Parts: sequence; C-alpha cells; structure tokens
Amino acid sequence: MALPQAKLTATEARLDALTLPTGGWADSARREALSRVQTMGLPGARDEYWKYTKPETLVAAEAPKATVFEADEEALFADRDRLKIVFVDGVFDAEASDDLALEGVSIDRLAEATDIHWAKDIYGTLETAGQTPVERPLAALNTAFATDGLLIHVTATPSKPIHILYKHSAEQSDAMLHHVVKVDAGAEVTILENGPAAARFNKVMEVDLADTAKLHHVRAQGRDHERRAATHIFARLGTESVFKTFTLTVNGVLTRNEVIVELTGDDAVAHVAGACMGDGDFHHDDTVFITHDAVNCESRQVFKKVLRNGATGVFQGKILVKEGAQKTDGYQISQSLLLDDDSQFLAKPELEIYADDVACSHGSTSGAIDEDSLFYLRARGLPRGIAEDLLTIAFIAEAVQEVEDESLGEEIVARVEAWLARRRD
Amino acid sequence: MLEIKNLHVKLEEEDKQILKGVDLTVEAGKVHAIMGPNGSGKSTLSYVLSGKDGYEVTDGEATLDGEDLLDMEAEERAAAGLFLAFQYPVEIPGVGNMTFLRTAVNAQRKARGEEEMSSADFLKLVRAKAKDLKIDADMLKRPVNVGFSGGEKKRNEILQMAMLEPKMCILDETDSGLDVDAMKLVADGVNALRDEGRGFLVITHYQRLLDHIKPDVVHIMAKGRIIKTGGPELALEVEQNGYADLLEGIE
Repeated sequence: MALPQAKLTATEARLDALTLPTGGWADSARREALSRVQTMGLPGARDEYWKYTKPETLVAAEAPKATVFEADEEALFADRDRLKIVFVDGVFDAEASDDLALEGVSIDRLAEATDIHWAKDIYGTLETAGQTPVERPLAALNTAFATDGLLIHVTATPSKPIHILYKHSAEQSDAMLHHVVKVDAGAEVTILENGPAAARFNKVMEVDLADTAKLHHVRAQGRDHERRAATHIFARLGTESVFKTFTLTVNGVLTRNEVIVELTGDDAVAHVAGACMGDGDFHHDDTVFITHDAVNCESRQVFKKVLRNGATGVFQGKILVKEGAQKTDGYQISQSLLLDDDSQFLAKPELEIYADDVACSHGSTSGAIDEDSLFYLRARGLPRGIAEDLLTIAFIAEAVQEVEDESLGEEIVARVEAWLARRRD
Repeated sequence: MLEIKNLHVKLEEEDKQILKGVDLTVEAGKVHAIMGPNGSGKSTLSYVLSGKDGYEVTDGEATLDGEDLLDMEAEERAAAGLFLAFQYPVEIPGVGNMTFLRTAVNAQRKARGEEEMSSADFLKLVRAKAKDLKIDADMLKRPVNVGFSGGEKKRNEILQMAMLEPKMCILDETDSGLDVDAMKLVADGVNALRDEGRGFLVITHYQRLLDHIKPDVVHIMAKGRIIKTGGPELALEVEQNGYADLLEGIE
C-alpha cells in the first residue's frame, strides 16, 4: 500500500539527511532495515500508536536544538565500582571510558566491529520481530543508520556492572546508537545507563537472554529540559531467564521509551518498570508490549508518573498471551500523581489473551496527593512540604522496588528527593 | 492544659453543624474520657483540635497551655505538644516506619528550636520503647502501617506517642478493632505515659477500654455537645443502661 503523501514526504526528507553506513557484517541488516522504513514510513500524527505523543520532532530531518544543561550534581552511578563507557553526542569517548575489558564479558563497538561477528544473528533481528503486530519505524531507522553502539556478550557473570554514560555537548546533536546484549546461560549482568546523550537521541537495545540468563537494566534519563529521546528495547527471553528493567526519567521535553519483550522460553520472568518526574514542558511516553509465548512465565509492568505545571504523561501497555501460553502471570499498573490541575495522564492499558489458564491484571489511576495521608503526617509534626515529598516518594516506591539491587534503588530515590527539594526551594 | 470553650464547628463544604458549643477542660496529669453514640461529634472534635482540613470553626475557642490551637497548622499543633492517635492509622507504602518516626521526631524538635536527635540516640530510644509495646524489629523496618494488623496499627500509634512525648494526647477510638489482649497491651502503653505533666482525652464507644485506662473524668457527648460530666461511674452507668436515658429531652 502506498504511503500517504505527507508521510512519504517526511520520511524521504529524513532519509535524505542521513548516510547509510556500508560494508561489514551488518550491511545486509542495515539495507533491510532501510527498506522496512521506506515501506512503513516514519511515524506521523495520524498513526494510532502515536495518538498521545507527537512524533514530528523525533522524525524531522533536523534535530531541534537543546540547550546543554549544566547539572550541579554528580552523575548517577559515579561512586560505584563499574566498567564505564562514555558517549558524547553519540560519539565514543575513548579517553573518558575504561578499557573495554571485563572478565566474563566481551565488548566491541558497532562502528569498529567489521569482521564476521556473533552480533550478526541478533542485530536487527529482534527489532524486526518486534515490528509485528505494531510497526516501530524509528527502531528500523536506527538499525539502518546507527553510527555506533556496544556489542556486549556476557559468557560468565562479571564482577561489576557495565555503565554506559551519555553526555550531551553540542546544542544540535542528533545521536543514533544501537546496542546488542547477549547473555549466555547461567550468566548474570547489570547494565546501567544514564545521561542526556544528545539534543535528540534515537537508541535501540536488542537483548537476547539464553536459558537461565539474567539481565538487570537500570537507566536514568535527565535533567536536560530540552532534550528529546526515542528509545526501544527489544528483548527475547529464553527458559527461566530473567529480565528486569527500570527507568527513571527526570525532565526532558519529549521522551518516548518503548519496551518490547517476548517471553519465548518457559518460566521466564520480565519486569518492566519506570518512574518519571515531570515539570512544566514535559512529555513522557512509556509504550510497552509484552508477548507471552511460553508456559508459566511472569511479567510485570509498573509505571509511576509524578506530573506538575502542565506536564504530560502517557502509558500504552499491552500484554499479549498467545495460545498455549498457559499459567501466565501478567501484572500491569500505571499510575500518575497529578500535583496540579494543569497536568495530565493518558493511559491505554490492553490485554489480549488466547490461553484459558492465565492470571492477568491491569490497573490505571490518576490522582492528587491523598489528603488523609497528608494529614496523618502533618499531625505527627511534618511540615506540609516535607510530608508531600515523602508521599511522592511513597508513590513511586512500587516502581523503584523493581530494582533488585537495593543500593541502586536508594540512589534513584536520592535523585528524586533532590528533584523534589529543588522544586520546593 | 487543654481548654475548649463554646466550640461550634460545621463542615466546610456543606451547611451542617456538627459541634454546637463544646466546653471542656483537661488538666495536666488527668485522663478525661468522652463517650457517646455514633454521630455525636466525638471524632470531629479530635480532628478539629488536631487541625484537619474540611471543618470550619464558627464560634468558640480551643487553647493548649494558653496558645490558640485553632490558629495553628496541623504540624504546629503537633510541635506544640498535641498528639492524635488515629482511629484509622493511614498506610504509607514506601516509607519505612523508622524513617517516618525519625523524620517526625526531628521535625518537631526543629520547630521547637531544639537540636535534632542523633541516629544512635534515636535508635536506642526507639528500640527500648518498641520492646515495651512488643513491636519487633521487622515492624519498625516495614513501611508505615502497611500490612499491619489492626492491633499492630494501634500499637504503632502508641509507639509514635511514646517517641514524640506530647503534652496532650487524644486517643480516638483506640480500642476499635482490638481483641482483649491487644487492648491490654495498648492500654499498658498509654498508662506508662501517664504523667503529672501530661493530659489525655480518650474517645471511646465502650466502657471496656476504661477498665484498662482508668479515667478521672467521664463526659457524655451527644448531638454536638457535652451533655453530662461525672466520675468513672458514669461510664459504668452507660454500659448498663445505654445512652437512651441520657439522651431523653436533648435537642
């Protein structure tokens, strides 16, 4: 079917502004991805999947400018023992990064891995699988044009987490990174990500978990006010594997985080969680699609959004239980705490179930701070502001608790406390 | 200590008068009990005194040691030494009981211009007080009141009271939802806090709590007023005859 003219024009304009990297093992994957983009067209305002989030600035040929934000606090995760890898406006910074060497892990850069590579079987493959039943053209665009990224193969549990730190330095940077993470049977790894990355950031992470493999992913996106990001995680889970991902988003004018998980092995576990703190000109969209295609798997989606001064939060979450995926345990909750009448939360929870022996639940709420709780705290002597902050922390707690490592959870909470304190002053 | 004069209160949002001239004085070192049928205004009195939103004082006054309570924010009343043990303690997921207690203790100290309590001193104190109330370490660590049984919630209220050391304690139906053993434990906690400098106002439906917390004065409240005041024997009278006789002829 031919694309509508507006979409075709926008797509062509965007593609004209890009150069397709050629050669190497990823060459065919990139060409296929390009042709997928040409067939699908980039997202437009009329697409049902983009009903609540305007894609124009994510699609535009030129990235809108974003003032570089000078944070007055140390970046997250800086104090822990970790393997640090730094990208500045999407460009690998060798000087600021540790050697890409960690026992149990091999790490290559997409831009440098020219020879035949293990990632060939995964790169673009999981993204392609994730295009059905809903199209995700920005992810295909990324597969075609990503300039760099990390190819991480975990063969044995490493001694420390891998930390990818993104820095934003130029006002009009437009970064496109594509990571591939493969975890072998029995191995367990933690990947941390934080930083604003660029004025506009398009990122894909493809995750392939073998049987019994475990990946903990903790990410923080903040505090640049004007940055834009469209990210995708495509995860394929083998038998008894565990994937836990948590994202904290603080500020940012436009963020769309898509997480697409396919539970393909029995007894696999996927937890997708996020908390966001939005103030003013802030639009944050969590779009999640979890497919149960095996027996006795568990999935949880826990999203909490704190919104004020006209901020907007979006949640589109779906659980698809395929025929035969019996004993599925699916849970989904999305809630917003609206700190004033100007902010809004738009939620579209969906369940689609083709098996008859499953337990799936979903819930979505929007509300202000609970007056009874507030009074209880104040009656114990807590000033209103402190009491409200405490209740806000309490509100996001269920999402933060999805982070298994308590010290990481505490670091996240401390960030949120600082955000609240800044707003109170 | 606590002085209430001619207190008239209506709901803010609707034209409904709930308290219609309450007069009550609680002296330091004394335990006063308020009994009364449902809807008599007992809980409203406790909320208005502790500063809950949603009520409008149309007449009268309430002071604590001469300070005008009604003019203060809820947290200022707490710092001034007023404590309300809630009938329905609120659950606060994500906030550890211990964190909550320490924040409250130090917020009050700060408001009074006192130094904050060190973590070590706080821990020592809270452990000792918790032990008396049979509150274990796990309950201290768990989020405030989340998953607590009715009895645990009420004991937690008394623990907060013990830690905050208020001058004036209001107990709102602290016996509701408690079995005999739990009630005895809570009453023991309250009795341990009885002190020459501290006043208590115990609100209850039933006489049974007053077997354990022996009041000096008993008030009967009905239709927004104190209609009768007497000694402990008044509570027994109510227990035997109900409120019907007392209510006869009340507007």
